Amino acid sequence: MEWGLREELRDCLVAAAPYGGPIALLRNCARREKSPGARPLLDTFSASGLLLASIPWKSGQVVQLGWTASEDLLCIQEDGTVLIYNLFCEFKRHFSMGNEVLQNHVLEAKVFHTEYGTGVAILTGAHRFSLATNIDDLKLRRMPEVPGLQKPPSCWAVLSQDRVTIVLLAVGQDLYLLDNTSCSVVTPPGMSPSAGAYLQMAVSFNYRCLALFTDTGYIWMGLATLKEKLCEFNSSIRSPPKQMVWCMRPRSRQRAVVMAWDRQLMVVGNSTECIQFVLDEDSYLVPELDGVRILSRTSHEFLHEIPEASQEIFKIASMAPGALLLEAQKEYEKESQKADEYLREIKDQKLLPEAVSQCIEAAGYEHEPETQKSLLRAASFGKCFIDKFPPESFVRMCQDLRVLNAIRDYQIGIPLTFTQYKRLTIEVLLDRLVLRRLYPLAIRICEYLRLSEIQGVSRILAHWACYKVQQKDKSDEEVAYAINQKLGDTPGISYSEIAARAYDCGRPELAIKLLEYEPRSGEQVPLLLKMKRSKLALSKAIESGDTDLVYTVVLHLKNELNRGTFFMTLQNQPVALSLYRQFCKHQERETLKDLYNQDDNHQELGNFHVHSSYSEKRIEGRVGALQNAVDEYYKAKNEFAAKATEDQIKLLRLQRHLQEDFDKPYLDLSLHDTVSTLILDGHHKKAEQLYRDFKIPDKRWVREGSSGCTGVPASRGAQ
Amino acid sequence: MASTARRDVPEPPDFGILKRLARDQLIYLLEQLPGRKDLFIEADLMSPLDRIANVSILKQHEVDKLYKVESRPALSTSDQLCFLVRPRVKTMKYIADIVNADKMSGRSRKYKIIFSPQKFYACEMVLEEEGVFGDVTCDEWSFYLLPLDEDIISMELPEFFRDYFLEGDHRWINSVARALQLLNSLYGPFSRAYGIGRCAKMCYELWRELEEESEGDSQGRKPEIGNIFLMDRDTDYVTALCSQMVYEGLVDDTFRIKCGSVDFGPEVTSSDKSIKVLLNAQDKVFSQIRNEHFSSVFGFLSQKSRNLQAQYDRRRGMDIKQMKNFVSQELKGLKQEHRLLSLHIGACESIMKKKTKQDFQEMIKAEHSLLEGFDIRESTSFIEEHIDRQVSPIESLRLMCLLSITENGLNPKDYRSLKTQYLQSYGPEHLLTFHNLKRIGLLTEQAAGETLTAVENRVSKLVTDRAAGKITDAFNSLARKSNFRAISKKLGLIPRLDGEYDLKMPRDMAYVFSGAYTPLSCKIIEQVLERRGWQGLEEVLRLLNGTEFSEAGAAEASPGRDSQRTVLAVFLGGCTCSEMAALRFLGRERGCRFIFLTTAVTSSGRLMEAMAETRA
Repeated sequence: MEWGLREELRDCLVAAAPYGGPIALLRNCARREKSPGARPLLDTFSASGLLLASIPWKSGQVVQLGWTASEDLLCIQEDGTVLIYNLFCEFKRHFSMGNEVLQNHVLEAKVFHTEYGTGVAILTGAHRFSLATNIDDLKLRRMPEVPGLQKPPSCWAVLSQDRVTIVLLAVGQDLYLLDNTSCSVVTPPGMSPSAGAYLQMAVSFNYRCLALFTDTGYIWMGLATLKEKLCEFNSSIRSPPKQMVWCMRPRSRQRAVVMAWDRQLMVVGNSTECIQFVLDEDSYLVPELDGVRILSRTSHEFLHEIPEASQEIFKIASMAPGALLLEAQKEYEKESQKADEYLREIKDQKLLPEAVSQCIEAAGYEHEPETQKSLLRAASFGKCFIDKFPPESFVRMCQDLRVLNAIRDYQIGIPLTFTQYKRLTIEVLLDRLVLRRLYPLAIRICEYLRLSEIQGVSRILAHWACYKVQQKDKSDEEVAYAINQKLGDTPGISYSEIAARAYDCGRPELAIKLLEYEPRSGEQVPLLLKMKRSKLALSKAIESGDTDLVYTVVLHLKNELNRGTFFMTLQNQPVALSLYRQFCKHQERETLKDLYNQDDNHQELGNFHVHSSYSEKRIEGRVGALQNAVDEYYKAKNEFAAKATEDQIKLLRLQRHLQEDFDKPYLDLSLHDTVSTLILDGHHKKAEQLYRDFKIPDKRWVREGSSGCTGVPASRGAQ
Repeated sequence: MASTARRDVPEPPDFGILKRLARDQLIYLLEQLPGRKDLFIEADLMSPLDRIANVSILKQHEVDKLYKVESRPALSTSDQLCFLVRPRVKTMKYIADIVNADKMSGRSRKYKIIFSPQKFYACEMVLEEEGVFGDVTCDEWSFYLLPLDEDIISMELPEFFRDYFLEGDHRWINSVARALQLLNSLYGPFSRAYGIGRCAKMCYELWRELEEESEGDSQGRKPEIGNIFLMDRDTDYVTALCSQMVYEGLVDDTFRIKCGSVDFGPEVTSSDKSIKVLLNAQDKVFSQIRNEHFSSVFGFLSQKSRNLQAQYDRRRGMDIKQMKNFVSQELKGLKQEHRLLSLHIGACESIMKKKTKQDFQEMIKAEHSLLEGFDIRESTSFIEEHIDRQVSPIESLRLMCLLSITENGLNPKDYRSLKTQYLQSYGPEHLLTFHNLKRIGLLTEQAAGETLTAVENRVSKLVTDRAAGKITDAFNSLARKSNFRAISKKLGLIPRLDGEYDLKMPRDMAYVFSGAYTPLSCKIIEQVLERRGWQGLEEVLRLLNGTEFSEAGAAEASPGRDSQRTVLAVFLGGCTCSEMAALRFLGRERGCRFIFLTTAVTSSGRLMEAMAETRA
């Protein structure tokens, strides 16, 4: 380990993330009472002990540290506040576990991972449990009370069964199961009656198995459902182990529990014997998917069950096909004819394909590149003697090992095993590299594995760019230029996202510069609006050709600017203006008038009044509206329209008189129709008056006279 | 006509898949609201919907009752209401009223709005302002394209014309681009694109952007349509304003073809009820006469009826077996043909009757002299008389527009006097209509120095604006001159008369207007396709004042391929039956196939009505 700790691990709060994750250490917390002035230090390290970040702890008393599935650090304080930091000890956010926890304080806390995400369980000073199953979607659950619980339980654990999180706790010789609504007493099957009180319990990584340790040194191992016992063991150690964790491999039947005391490590399983190791110094156990990581001041070790393939090959005097193949290849390199003998032996049993697969598989479990190489060499040697051995598994393994060896390097410090790597998937691994800001390595892995650009390289570049904009020491120009140089036109890059990040970091100028690179103008609009660059947003929206976007901006502007400025802005953007006009025509006719007024558009104002005259029921109203129109038309210097409207007013008034005089509907007839109706009804005098008043052309008047005799006016086509 | 036709005209692609896609999506959307529901349908979506999914299909998917979206309050008692609407503010208010009325009476129902072809933000905004946004769920029925016939695809968006060309509203451009994307993905990739007009250019650019974003893999597919030509309606108003002379156009002008079918009234059916007839290539009689000049239709129909009679007569000499054969196989077809024949003869008679009543010949004569630019005075007095006699407000308006656009605007005296007479004759509310016509450039005053420069100043100010450089605005049309006379001379649109034009054996596309005028829009398409670009047409382009483009895609296939001889003609703002007939004729001559994609099938009447300001 690189970290060169001066303190003992037992003096620190330790938390290590699974899947070869980082380690967090809160030092000095125990010494607090002695010298209250000294602030504790919060450090994060990579799994190889490289310091990632270090900050003095300024907040309250921390009870527990833990990591989330996305490698964020949770610091659970005594008052129930949970602070979330990232890998580099940069504060992200915080949340509280509720009032009850605040009042009674946190006694103990546990961080756990389920398919729902990362959860936090808390035991309060009032001996009640509070749970949050997913800290990203915080829903606090207060578990029911355990009847008659006076002192804190000796040990407890969070279980996840059938997608429900429950708490198992031990008080003396009794086990209680707490679910959402009830508390029930349970007894593990096959529990020795003389076992005594429970001191420690451990749940396996996958929540399938449970181990219980009692004060007689007895260990019960069984399923977490408490329906079946797997085995038991008597350690004859009466003091409770400091830590107890499961050590097992997925799909293996060989389950074991690892217990650590101060200077002793014990592995027990389905056997009468146990394995014991001496611990030279303080150690800390980290349960993993397929084993246990053991941390100490000087070392970081991995304890796991040897996988079957490796066993078969490396067992002393093994005659398994893989072992023979490895031997054959070694002999072949020595140019000894024994190679042929071994090979023949495998081939006689027709086990060559199996031998090759065995070697490939075993290579995956090896950490030493030399051993990996020799196994792969053997596999490749064996492959030559098989007609059609599909090469994918071999190639895939070579690629995977290359990636794994790269990230296991102590500079990177992600000691993933092959099994963990496969479970984690390459995408998540890339995310983790990005989280650690190891962009070049991530990109090289993408390129090496030939991942699609959108999934791989461009995603990483985008992350890099988002990180880049946070570098305050560089000027906007430099950063924008650097980003554009690297990103160019890589497909799948969203400059607007990067710009949004820049804006969040308080660099609006940089954001605007970055937005310039965004090829889709529609994408620029939302951020520009957020940045209050509304006018720029409007022209970008118009450029995008998306009218919906234009409407969005227009509405935004309407609320943001005062009316005058809003209209002025619109006047300069004809497209937006006509869109808004369309909208107003149907929805806000009065605004339309204001809009025309602002622009001194008297012609349109006149039209507007004519339009509103239609909706007036009473003649006076109509005449009034039309009179307004006449004024506007004169202002617009449109004498024709003004005259025509004046004529219309005259005609309307006249028609009303005619209607009263002759008790016949004249309103809304055209002049022509009015005259011919008059003639038809024999009111020639009136008709002649109209002829003179409205200066009807003579030609027309003559025809009027004749058509008036022939019958009703020609029917007018539908409008 | 058949004698000159080339045999190798490619077959049109099968557009049935467009219908199937639309139907499947509609069914999917309906099933998103499980249980029985009442369906409210926007009036102008009814006919298109009928072509996609009939009532029984709707019933199968638990639609209980069908209502029309209209101003009357809804009477539905169902617990689930589904609205199938165009994205219009007016309709949103209608829906909001229903929801709010239910809220007042304490009734809770489920509401779902299906927008066709797409949802607009403005609609959501209205719903929000009316306080019902949370009560309704919204969906989009991407029903952009309705195949009306084997070579006509309509977007059924008649409002496109007014919205874009008059109001300068760009919202439908996105829909057109999406429609192009769909067609390109099904029948493309289009390897060559031509276009003229700002809207055409915008649609094209937006479509290209959509294609780039989606990165659809069009490689390796065999294209069925190789060329695409986009044209704005305002490139050529003249053609759209002329009286139609081909049979289909006359039927449209007289009876109004609606969504590919027409209602023949009692005067045609010679019974007391009207009959709805689907007019498309499946109609054996119609498909033979639709593109014919009206003067030769009668002859054809009588010939056809004689043939039919002869086929009926054949049964006289038949023995039992032959008779059985005849009855089982031919009789049905003959009867069907007989029925159609009598309908079309009835329609012809009806058209004849109407046309003779209106002094049709005289009007055609006036139109032709307008097109040729002779005897303008005489034509003007004809129009005056037309107005005075109150023949038809729409027809009078059409003639006025035709006069204005062929003459580059009316002289100030005529402009005033015609308008005054029109207002006196047809009513003062048309004042606003005139304003609209002026704005769109259909009825203008000849440039009187000062006013035009003012407008030009304004326009140039807008053009310097960065965004306006890319996108037009409504004012632009103000400054535009039609330059029809010069264009006509340049392109030779008025055929030289040497002897009688034989309408039965047409020589060129001018036959659709009795040999007096070759439709400008079709002539442009012909010229551009012939030259494979705009080279040599610079002068015409300058006169058209158009934004033209011509782009070749990456994969240019050999010209002999069927797809290379299939052209998608896109008319933004509508396409008339005459233009389709002319292009079909051109296709037969040149051995290529035109597919028409139009925002709506239009006619002079529809254009004029779109401009008319109605009393709301």
